[in-house]
Amino acid sequence: MLNQLLQLALSGVAVGCVYGLIALGFVLIYKATETVNFAQGDMMMVGAFAALTFTEILGFPFWLGVPAAILAMGLFGMLIEKAVLSPILGQPAFSIVMVTIGLGTVLRGVVSMVPGWGTDTHALATPYSGQVVNFGEVVLSIEQLTIIADTAALCLVLYLFFRFTRIGVAMQATSQNQLAAYYMGIPVRRINMLIWGISAAVAAFAGVLLAPITFVHANMGFVGLKAFPAAVVGGFGSVPGAIVGGLIIGLVESFAGFYLPEGFKDIMAYIVVLLVLVLRPSGLFGETRNKKV
Amino acid sequence: MRFIFKTDYDQDIRLFKHGGTKFWYGLLALLLVAMPWLVGEDMRDYYLAQLGFIWIYSIIGLGLMLLTGFTGQVSLGHAAFLAVGAYTEAILQKHGWPFGASLTAAFVLSGVAGIVIGLPALRVKGIYLAIATQAFGFIVEEILARWDSVTGGNEGLHLEHIDFFGFPIASEADFYFLSLGLLCVVLIGTVNLMRSPTGRALVAIRDSEISAQSMGINLARYKTVAFALSAAITGVAGALYAHKLQFISPEQFSALVSIQLLMIIFIGGIGSFHGAIFGAIFVISLPEAISAAKDWLPPSIGGQPGLEPTIFGLILVLFILFEPLGIYGRWLKVRTYFSLFPFYRRAMFKRQKAYMKSERLR
Repeated sequence: MLNQLLQLALSGVAVGCVYGLIALGFVLIYKATETVNFAQGDMMMVGAFAALTFTEILGFPFWLGVPAAILAMGLFGMLIEKAVLSPILGQPAFSIVMVTIGLGTVLRGVVSMVPGWGTDTHALATPYSGQVVNFGEVVLSIEQLTIIADTAALCLVLYLFFRFTRIGVAMQATSQNQLAAYYMGIPVRRINMLIWGISAAVAAFAGVLLAPITFVHANMGFVGLKAFPAAVVGGFGSVPGAIVGGLIIGLVESFAGFYLPEGFKDIMAYIVVLLVLVLRPSGLFGETRNKKV
Repeated sequence: MRFIFKTDYDQDIRLFKHGGTKFWYGLLALLLVAMPWLVGEDMRDYYLAQLGFIWIYSIIGLGLMLLTGFTGQVSLGHAAFLAVGAYTEAILQKHGWPFGASLTAAFVLSGVAGIVIGLPALRVKGIYLAIATQAFGFIVEEILARWDSVTGGNEGLHLEHIDFFGFPIASEADFYFLSLGLLCVVLIGTVNLMRSPTGRALVAIRDSEISAQSMGINLARYKTVAFALSAAITGVAGALYAHKLQFISPEQFSALVSIQLLMIIFIGGIGSFHGAIFGAIFVISLPEAISAAKDWLPPSIGGQPGLEPTIFGLILVLFILFEPLGIYGRWLKVRTYFSLFPFYRRAMFKRQKAYMKSERLR
C-alpha cells in the first residue's frame, strides 16, 4: 500500500516536473512581456524534434546533440520574438495570444510536413532509457529520476542566473516595470528577445526530458495544455509557483488516474484549475493587485 | 463622395444609415433568396450545402463576436456551447419533441451553460478567463465521451431530418433557407441589441471595465448577460449544425474547434457584424480552396495533412500582424478609398503607435 503510494507519487512528480518546466516557459514570458505563449507546448515539440535530428539524423553523441538542440531552440525562440511578437507589442493582449495560437498551429503543421520528422512517432534514444532501480519494493525508472533531478538542476541554474548575473537582474527589472527599466537604460526589446530565447530553450529541455516517456511526435505539444493549469495554480507570474503548480497537477493526475473512475485522469487538471480560479484567482504564489485607471 | 447631414439623434442608431445601404442590402437579400435557382443543376446541392455551413458558422461567429468582439471576454471553449446545443437538439428530437420546442430548449440550455461558465468570469479576466473557458471546454468534451447512456459516448448520435411545423426539411435548398432565416433572425437581434443600452454597456465593458463601472454599469450582470446570450446563440447554431451533419460525436467539439471558431472572428474582423460573416465565409471556403489547389501542387506538398493547419495558422498570424481588423478592415479601407476618391490617404487607418500597457501595477 505504501509502496503503491510512493510509486504513484513518484510518477506524478516526474510528470509534474515536465508540466512545471513548460509552465516555467509561460511564466518567464508572461512576467517579462505580459503575453501568454500558447505555442509553448509546440516549442517543446520542436525542441524534441531538434534533439532527435541532432542525435539520430546528424549522428551527434547524446551529450553533444542535446545541448546543441537546446541552443538551436534558444535561437529559434529569439527569431520568433523578433519576427512575430515584437511588431505587435502593445496590441490588445488577446490579439497576441491569437498570434501564438496561430504560431503553434503553424509549427505543428510544418513539423508534420518536414521529411524525416513527419507524422510518425519517433523514439529518442537516451543513454538512460529503459533502466530501472529497485529500491525495496518500489521500482524507480531512471527516466523519471532524471526528469526530477534535471528539473531541480535547471531551477537552480535559473535561480542563480536571475539572482546573480547582470543580465538576469536586468530581466527581473524589466518584468517588474518596463518603463522604469527603459529609463534605467536597459535595452528592453533585446531583453524581451532573450527571454523568449530562454523560454524556448527551457521548452526544448522539457521536450528532451519528456521524449523517453511519450515518444516524439507532432502532437506531443498538447501536453502544453496541461501546463496552463499548472501555471495558474502556482499563480501566473511566479517562477517557483510554476514548478509547484506543475507538481500539484502531476500528483493530482497521477492519484486521480488510480483512485477515481476512468476519464477523470485527463480532466482532473482542468477541474483543479477551475476550482483555483473560483476560489483563489491569483493562484498559490500570485500577487493580487487592483488596477488603477 | 457622400455626406450624411444629421438632423436628428436617432440617425446615429438607425439600422440603415442612408438609402444606398438599403439598396445594396436589398439586392443582397434578393440574390440570397434567388440563390437556389441561380446555381447550375449539377452543382446545386454542393453549393447550397457549403452556403448552409457558412450560415451556421456565421451564427456561431455572431455569438462569439457578441462575447469576444463586443464585450471583450475571451472564450477558448466555445465549442462546448456548440456541443450543448447540438446534443440537446439530438436527444430531444429522439424523444419526439417538435423542432421549435427542441430549438428553444437548445437555446435555453446552452444559455444556462453560458451562465455557469460566466460565473468564474466575474472574478477572473484576460488570460485567466481564456484558461477557465478552455478548461470548461475540455470537461464538457470528456463528459460527452463518458456519459454513454445519454450522449452515446464516442459512437455519437444520429439525427433525423427536421420536421419544421409539418413541413419536412429534407433537401439542401430547404435547409439553406432554414439556416439563412435563422441567421437573419440572429443578425437582426444582435444588431438591435448592440444599439440598445445593453449593447452600449457591453462595449463600454470591453473598452475599460473600470470606466464602465464608474459610469454605473453593473459588471457582473452585463458580463453574465453577454455570456448567456453568446452561449445561447452558439447553442442554436449547434442545433442546426447537428442536423446539417446528421451525426455528432465528441471529437467534433474539441479544443481545436474552439480555436477555429475564434479564427472566424479574428480573420473576419474583431468587433464588427460584417466580420463574423466574412470570417465564416473564409473559414468554410479556405479548405475548399486548398483542396482545389492540391491538384496544382506537387504531391510531396499537396498530399500532406499538415498543409491546411499551416495555411490557417499562417493566415491568422499575418492578419493580426498586418490587418488587425481582419477582412472587414480591408473592406473598410477599399470602401473608403472609393467613397473618398481621390482624397484617400495611406495614413488614414494607420495604427497608433502603442506601448505596452501593464495590467500589473508597480
